[in-house]
Amino acid sequence: MADDGPFRAGLRIGVGLGLGSFLLAVSFGAAAVDQGWGPVAPVVASAVVFSGSAQFALLTALGSGAGAGAAILSAALINLRFLPMGVALAGTLRGNALRRALEGQAVVDASFVAAHRGGGRFDRSLLLGATLPQWPLWVAGTLVGVLVAPPPELARSLGLDVVFPAFFALLLLEEARTSRRALTAAVLGGAIALGLLLVVPPGVALLGGALAALVGLAGEEVR
Amino acid sequence: MTAVVWVCITAAALISAAIKGVGPALLGARPLPRRVRAVVAVIAPALVAALVVVEVVGPRWSAFDPLVVAGVVVAVAARLLRAPMLVAVLAAALATAGLRLLL
Repeated sequence: MADDGPFRAGLRIGVGLGLGSFLLAVSFGAAAVDQGWGPVAPVVASAVVFSGSAQFALLTALGSGAGAGAAILSAALINLRFLPMGVALAGTLRGNALRRALEGQAVVDASFVAAHRGGGRFDRSLLLGATLPQWPLWVAGTLVGVLVAPPPELARSLGLDVVFPAFFALLLLEEARTSRRALTAAVLGGAIALGLLLVVPPGVALLGGALAALVGLAGEEVR
Repeated sequence: MTAVVWVCITAAALISAAIKGVGPALLGARPLPRRVRAVVAVIAPALVAALVVVEVVGPRWSAFDPLVVAGVVVAVAARLLRAPMLVAVLAAALATAGLRLLL
């Protein structure tokens, strides 16, 4: 199969990413149990939502006393970032509308970035391969977190709270190196998010940061 | 509490799946206009930068912790020295954990 190479490359990337998200999932499972979710709900959440940022958004919102509506909205806002990613990938996926919608479920942050070949072009096989190992590792990590439930102080002492930001910083490093315009978008996106965080919830700040992608238009006019 | 949690999980899963599916289902293999492609090409860097900031700083800058920043710097440095991604992330966790132990 011609797709074998990039798919396998994707699998290798996915295992590496999955081990990182495993640690993160442990902290999600532990935090959810700590907040009274019980043992089953966190594992089911990881299996069906399969989005660290959305799950942490639910946890944070419910934990801070927000109602179901506000919690769902914050998770939805955070995951709205998958909308432009899906649009970006649309031309790469295969089959009829239903099949493409199903393949689109493979979009998670890390796989999207890993499958980016630069200039808005993507590798479908690499995307699918990279997501495949991440799902079982994400669910298994949550289960371990639920069963072991290390107290938050222990997770902090082990430096587990740095796993997520460090991981995103490494993705940022890869992305920002692709072009000058990418670097500009990154600097602007970070600055917008930093400012917005003072006045709006994190989900909205994220979307605001994503608006920095509009520099793509400005760059084109200059050329 | 439990009923609310289940409602939230179900809704988040359905909304998430819809968000991920709608672009690929509707747009198909039609190529995007050039200007849209120019924006799409830099969505990932803009969004990932915002994710880093949100993770490090937190709502109303409440989560800011210099030791987390130190860990992130270690991860980036390790990666620039060509360490594999997972090794770089583990180095970050070790650095932050070590500094917390010392300080």
